[in-house]
Amino acid sequence: MHTKEKTSSVVIRFIIAIAIALYVLFPFFLVVINSFKDSAEITANPIGLNGASFSKLVRNLSDVINNSSFTFWQTFGYSALITVLSLALLALFGAMAAWVICRNKTVWSNVIYFTFIASMIIPFQVVMLPLISTFRDAGKFIGIPMLKSVPGIVFAYLGFGGAMTVFILVGFIKGIPFDLEEAASIDGCSPEQVFFKIIFPLLTPVITTVTILNGMWIWNDYLLPSMMLGQNGPVKTLPVAVQAFVGSYVKQWNLILAAALLAILPMIILFLIAQKQIMEGMIEGAVKG
Amino acid sequence: MKTPSATKRVLSLICLIAGLGLLIWSLALDFSKSEASYRGATLIIGIIGIVAGLYFFPTLKYHRTIINILFLFPLLFAFAVTVIIPLFLGIGYSFTDWDGIRVKNVIGLANYTSMFTQPSFLWSIFLTFLFVVCNMIMVNLVAFLLALLCTSKIKGLGFFRAAYFLPNLIGGIVLGYIWQFIFSNVVTKLFNTQYSMIADTGTAFLAVIIVYIWQYAGYIMLIYITGLNTIPGDVLEASGIDGANKLQTLFEIKIPMIAPTITICTFLTLTSAFKQFDVNLALTNGKGSVDIFGNYLTNGTEMLALNIYNTAVIKNNYALGQAKAVLFFIILACVSILQVRISNKKEVEL
Repeated sequence: MHTKEKTSSVVIRFIIAIAIALYVLFPFFLVVINSFKDSAEITANPIGLNGASFSKLVRNLSDVINNSSFTFWQTFGYSALITVLSLALLALFGAMAAWVICRNKTVWSNVIYFTFIASMIIPFQVVMLPLISTFRDAGKFIGIPMLKSVPGIVFAYLGFGGAMTVFILVGFIKGIPFDLEEAASIDGCSPEQVFFKIIFPLLTPVITTVTILNGMWIWNDYLLPSMMLGQNGPVKTLPVAVQAFVGSYVKQWNLILAAALLAILPMIILFLIAQKQIMEGMIEGAVKG
Repeated sequence: MKTPSATKRVLSLICLIAGLGLLIWSLALDFSKSEASYRGATLIIGIIGIVAGLYFFPTLKYHRTIINILFLFPLLFAFAVTVIIPLFLGIGYSFTDWDGIRVKNVIGLANYTSMFTQPSFLWSIFLTFLFVVCNMIMVNLVAFLLALLCTSKIKGLGFFRAAYFLPNLIGGIVLGYIWQFIFSNVVTKLFNTQYSMIADTGTAFLAVIIVYIWQYAGYIMLIYITGLNTIPGDVLEASGIDGANKLQTLFEIKIPMIAPTITICTFLTLTSAFKQFDVNLALTNGKGSVDIFGNYLTNGTEMLALNIYNTAVIKNNYALGQAKAVLFFIILACVSILQVRISNKKEVEL
């Protein structure tokens, strides 16, 4: 653009941008500074730094980490395990299904594809109650516990994340020239070799996108794990643990905010490392979804 | 392709027979109500055996079909068990007196008629629509203004974009409690009042909206930025040469040109505001007193998703909660279809 903007308007816009950033980041700032205080100091002055000290932070954090309803390391481990397993299986099985749907123009593949798309408007609330009873009964029947267990919840995420994953992957696979696969099968590749040696490696960028989208959702999800794992079951995820913890420590803000700090820290660290990929992934998911 | 070797043939046969054998055996254990703890493991090993057997099955003609089925099976099976079956079961249960475990009687539309006689439920519906409308307008407006700010020429654009997006990374439960702290401890201190915004129904509702905008606007902003960046530079340049001022450029060029983006964002905010649950639960837990319809209600800030959860899980009224959920699904489906129709039409006109 050739129009030269006045410096004053640029400065004003810059100041506005900073003011908004301060407002947006203010809650994070409050969480951090108040984790350095004890309960009475927070009530007396939640904004200032008076009374803040490292020893209090250490005490708050160790109280939270060792708390029997929060058990941070164990909860964090389960959250990470559930998220990683779900993401890996969604990427693999999603890509396999999307490839078959995309490369077979039959009535069946169309029916499956449109069922997936249509299912994306189904809210979790309408399936959640029968889901729990089905999983309870099925688990009892086949002898594999589906509720309060890691395999059960990973299986559920595979089902709920499947539709969006397939939808985004099909859109991408459509753009891969079919000649590539034909050439490979003429050279003697079996269909599964074509998929794993040629198609799957080409999917890396779009698998990054779906992994980010699914990862943000699964890591932060509350309703599904709280229904499937229970508030005080042996397996817990971070959002469920925070909810249970706050319930038992009402108004103990030093502990609640320290728990919140621990719960948001992994996501913030990940964001600082992979900021560009996360933001691009979220945009792409929205534009395609 | 090579012809299948003899070893492959034998391997396939062994896997198939062993797999089927184990599968039938574990199912037999299941049906005979056996409590043997190994029956789950044998079932899984059996299924793996069958999959391996099918994979090595000595056929050239049907190999592609077998691979197709094996590739589709895991995701479709999970999808059917977690989404499709519960959906139909749920619709069925909504016509019965289901208590979460068993069905005693089919009671027809009784759940549906009784929920409309609950003033608290009608209030939840009204509140949800109000919330959705407020949010659709506010989130889009704020996000669009932020996007304009973040596509203009100022320093540190990357930082501002990342900062505005940051709240979206945090789950609703955690940020709900953070904001509960802010409203009840910090805001009261800053404005030197005794009453927290959350204590009063009207301001508590406003609080939920504020938190929601704080969480969501940064994300929607990113999408608007992408849309704004697709406008070709020479179009803007031409309008500048033609003497269009900033407002004219905005309303005559930028907004019409990003119409598809506006559609996407409206749709996203609409559906996500409808399903709003986590922040509602953590921030106010639906509390708040309202005096309306000649009734005194205590669920002043309880929106539909939370109402469904409370009806079923907290008050243990599964069938009624399920019926409400079906209604929720119908509303959501209608709104989604309507929205897509309207926006498709608009795009064609433009």
